[in-house]
Amino acid sequence: MDALMNFGQGIFGGAWPAVWTLIKIVLIVAPLMLGVAYLTYFERKVIGFMQVRIGPNRVGPWGLIQPIADGLKLLLKEIIVPSGSSKGVFVIAPMLAIAPALAAWAVIPFTDTLVLANIDASLLYILAITSMGVYGVILSGWASNSKYAFLGAMRSAAQMVSYEIAMGFALITVLMIAGTLNFVDIVEGQNKGTFADMGLGFLSWNWLPLLPMFLVYLISGTAELNRAPFDIAEGESEIVAGFHVEYSGMAFALFFLAEYANMILVAALTSILFLGGWLSPVGFLPDGIWWMFAKMSFVLFLFLWFRATFPRYRYDLLMRLGWKVFLPLCFFWVIIVGAWMISPLNIWN
Amino acid sequence: MDFQTAVFFFLSAILVFAALRVITARNPVYAALHLMLAFFTTGGLWLMLQAEFLAIALIVVYVGAVMVLFLFVVMMLDINMDRIREGFWRYLPLGAVLGLVMVLEMGLVLGSKYFQVPLSEATVPAGVSNTKEIGALLVTDYVFPFELAAVILLVGMIAAVVLTFRGRKASKISNPNTQVFVKAKDRVRVLQMPVEKD
Repeated sequence: MDALMNFGQGIFGGAWPAVWTLIKIVLIVAPLMLGVAYLTYFERKVIGFMQVRIGPNRVGPWGLIQPIADGLKLLLKEIIVPSGSSKGVFVIAPMLAIAPALAAWAVIPFTDTLVLANIDASLLYILAITSMGVYGVILSGWASNSKYAFLGAMRSAAQMVSYEIAMGFALITVLMIAGTLNFVDIVEGQNKGTFADMGLGFLSWNWLPLLPMFLVYLISGTAELNRAPFDIAEGESEIVAGFHVEYSGMAFALFFLAEYANMILVAALTSILFLGGWLSPVGFLPDGIWWMFAKMSFVLFLFLWFRATFPRYRYDLLMRLGWKVFLPLCFFWVIIVGAWMISPLNIWN
Repeated sequence: MDFQTAVFFFLSAILVFAALRVITARNPVYAALHLMLAFFTTGGLWLMLQAEFLAIALIVVYVGAVMVLFLFVVMMLDINMDRIREGFWRYLPLGAVLGLVMVLEMGLVLGSKYFQVPLSEATVPAGVSNTKEIGALLVTDYVFPFELAAVILLVGMIAAVVLTFRGRKASKISNPNTQVFVKAKDRVRVLQMPVEKD
């Protein structure tokens, strides 16, 4: 590592820190894009098996090259800009969708040392960046000058704003017990307690004491991602594809990439905040990045499972769940956790 | 010119441009988008002042929530720009006077002694998290103004609901609660009939 640093210093001189950061960004984004490609493959296979089908099996062994073929097809397709659309916004919208999905990864730690920017306010940063994702959806719907796209955008804006509140409250309980906004510290804080001392680390992770908030976070996360059963923004059977119905080629691919990159992001956040990140579930196994990936894969599998299992929520039921069920539950649970923390039963000392 | 100054001028140029476009853009959606850009660059400027909590809070609150609702409303409105531009010259003197008064007020506030902190006091020492400092101040020294602001916001919220509430319509709205817990035997009646023979 030192040799690499010295080598880089020798070639780039003063610009080396910037170059080294760029290299690290590429090292995060490139596997992420590959992960997105194979997440689509995984999704089609998993849902295929759940519906007693085979799924993609034509391109390459077991259909393994299928995502690459899909990507190539999208690259080669023409981007059609509808007449009467707002051209500038139409082009910017996909960029506004993908940029937050990638920028959020800057603060995600994979292990206690493997993180691009270990900043103090990482949780706030994530909240700020992910709240920008809705603009890509709204603007694409508006700029397309199409009724279906516009309906999708309106539905999505209402839905994402509603569930962001419940999601924020779930995060507030986590940071209350962690006493920090830093992801590395939040994960390290889950590594102590009675069960962790007994070698049963997975029982002292946040998911158990904060079980209702864990469920709220997981469900609101699914809603924020516009994933089934909360996919009213896309609603294939109602408004064709919602906000991106007018997009084709790479412009469409950017929305697709953003959605799946966000899925992986929410999986990573769930692992970090509630499932102990890179910590090992039992004492006799070492901690490490593979645990992080295993937990992320598990949460991703849950998203796919939801999609294959539940029918789409009706719009009014969706709003009811967000505002009348989750929000009061969150208020209540914040107070409970606060009382728990000042009571003698506090387990987070 | 060092790097920080260059970044400052870069962000300020974008901010001034965006702010100008907010009031000159013909399309209200473009105006709202430029306002968003203005908030975002302001966040960047505050980050350079090491006020990371304020910068992120600005983006969470204004860019993430307020502007989304703003865009939501602006996109739904059918705004006729010609009607709005009518009487521009007639109202210009009044507008100019009001603008001047506002500039004067802002000058007085920014020139007051609260904003004249020497640089040595204004720099944040390393290892101090201003998120923690702001939190501690809000619940100790400024707890009453903080609570008061919360109450005023609550009053505003209730006022908005009351102003737009036009009385309950005799709607055929269904109650999701009863729908969720509905059972087949509440809706379906199985009739026992003797087999009809011919």
